[in-house]
Amino acid sequence: MTITSPQTMYEKLWQTHLVEEAKGETPLLYVDRHLIHEVTSPQAFANLRFHNRPVRHPERTIATMDHNISTRSIKIDAAGEGAANQLRALAINCKDFGIELFDMGHKNQGIAHVIGPELGLTLPGTIIVCGDSHTATHGAFGALAFGIGTSEVEHVFATQTLRQNKAKTMKIEVKGHVGAGISAKDIILAIIGKTGSAGATGYVVEYCGEAIEALSMEERMTVCNMSIEFGAKAGLIAPDQTTFDYVEGKEYAPKGDVFEQAVIDWTNLKSDTDATFDAVLTLEAKDIKAQVTWGTNPGQVISVDGIVPSPEDFSDPVEKESCINALKYMDLTAGTKMTDIQVNKVFIGSCTNSRIEDLRAAAGVVQKYEGQQVVDTIDAIIVPGSYRVKEQAESEGLDKIFTDAGFEWRLPGCSMCLGMNDDVLEEGDRCASTSNRNFEGRQGRGSRTHLVSPEMAAAAAITGHFVDLNA
Amino acid sequence: MEKFNTHTGLVVPLDVANVDTDQIIPKQFLQKTERVGFGVHLFHDSRYLDHDGTQENPDFVINKPEYKGASILLAGENFGCGSSREHAPWALQEYGFKVILASSFADIFYGNCINVGLLPIKLSEAEIEQLFKLSPDAQLTLTVDLPNNTVTCGELSFKFSLNEFQQYSLENGVDSVGWTLDKLDTIKAFEAKMPAWQ
Ligand code: SF4
Repeated sequence: MTITSPQTMYEKLWQTHLVEEAKGETPLLYVDRHLIHEVTSPQAFANLRFHNRPVRHPERTIATMDHNISTRSIKIDAAGEGAANQLRALAINCKDFGIELFDMGHKNQGIAHVIGPELGLTLPGTIIVCGDSHTATHGAFGALAFGIGTSEVEHVFATQTLRQNKAKTMKIEVKGHVGAGISAKDIILAIIGKTGSAGATGYVVEYCGEAIEALSMEERMTVCNMSIEFGAKAGLIAPDQTTFDYVEGKEYAPKGDVFEQAVIDWTNLKSDTDATFDAVLTLEAKDIKAQVTWGTNPGQVISVDGIVPSPEDFSDPVEKESCINALKYMDLTAGTKMTDIQVNKVFIGSCTNSRIEDLRAAAGVVQKYEGQQVVDTIDAIIVPGSYRVKEQAESEGLDKIFTDAGFEWRLPGCSMCLGMNDDVLEEGDRCASTSNRNFEGRQGRGSRTHLVSPEMAAAAAITGHFVDLNA
Repeated sequence: MEKFNTHTGLVVPLDVANVDTDQIIPKQFLQKTERVGFGVHLFHDSRYLDHDGTQENPDFVINKPEYKGASILLAGENFGCGSSREHAPWALQEYGFKVILASSFADIFYGNCINVGLLPIKLSEAEIEQLFKLSPDAQLTLTVDLPNNTVTCGELSFKFSLNEFQQYSLENGVDSVGWTLDKLDTIKAFEAKMPAWQ
């Protein structure tokens, strides 16, 4: 009889994907699904051509146009010549190498991390990679999913494998239930506030506890999406009935007997009860309040009922220095109430918060303000994560709620999350954004980003400032 | 990939923590389909006073005359956090950097550096601190010896380590794709055993 020691979900995913662990070499893992987009793939294709190598499993690779594209027009050149070049290159590369592409106007087009799940391309128990750090999103399904660089994109194209060092494991348990009006974004921002922006570097994180189990798939994706924002290699949530119900019937998901067998395998994925983690962090859900970032990394975050911190609040010299720099860049004074901070831009979108539930939540807040309009000095845009999300939202009349209140309703794409198209902030703009990075210059040189939930962003658009919706 | 053996070069100290990939190379410069043309945009927002990058910011450390020609970047903790863009190491490399020293790196960035042949070296916080103290006044020149895993500067000598295969790959300029393609039979055998749903 063999006795296997208790394993974490990460170890199980690792074991089931380990192709080879040769002496003196970094372990080789199998990659089940590869998502690609226009920005990080062209140089990988160029190298394949140079070496005359094919894509080994084009059917395991899916391409979408998302980072660069215009949100006002489906014309390929609508966001400038540079963008158009990359988009055309992607189309040519996909054609030449036999890869399915969701291009402009395609019914499946959207942000990679939004379309993967909604099409059933994202499955529990798989390894999913993409040349984009928010690939961690797919961990919500119990898939080991992480971002890779262009050299690795090339490696996956040619071999369908990747070399990876084993990460350490961290368990983050959120006990109990969150209060009314607290979103998944608040949970993950509160976690990052605790760990700091590099607190999980070198780790794969597993989120668990009642508050996590209670989340819908969309909400779980929001949590896992931001794993990279505190340095984690990947974020995982154990698949359960919520997961299986979501996956079942999706276009690319397995069907019939194969699906039944898959569910059996997926059920066994969760960490064994006695599995040990290298680190453990526990939070009480009831303590989590609505969050707003005040600084220039996602760890610089505070509850909306709090005040902008002072450098004196930090004992660590690096954090103190970061606080000084952040306050200067953000043009904020220590002690200012978070609810007194005025914004002039609002962005609801990105792979963190552009799914149907996010839009419903934002629309719900707009409706609570009964007929009030977006403040006239504020530009507020809503960018659905995919065409499917857009269609669903329109069929529910959400677009009407938004446009009646003065929001702009755009076409799907990454948009102002990184501002590679023309959705860029101007110098000095202050934005309530549902995206995932508040780095200096992220949304435009000299612009200031406050990361918030869709509910908070909607409220900021209508009132002009952050609001404690639960007060 | 070029082979890495030893390198001696001038150090430029960038004493800032959490330098992210958006700072290393902002998104507006990612619209290329080639691997070249990124070096001039390295650290764009700090390095230039204007949006178009025509006016150098004299206060930014890399622009100071005494650091011209530096090939070793001494950086703050959690260097390279943020996105997976390999454009960040490409830009650093094209600018002329061969080595980056820091007490910690973001995971994806670290791997990307190795894959392009830019050597990321992790030293302890105390060692990095010591180098930062030395660098502003002195023109600090270091020698990095990859086969022996040492960083030396006069009397000072620090050890560093890399994962075995990464060390081998850098020293020998391994074509990692070709290396793995040699194991295609092993990969095929693995695929034959995968469950139907996978
Ligand atoms: S929405 Fe933002 S974070 Fe997400 S994939 Fe696009 S650019 Fe990356």
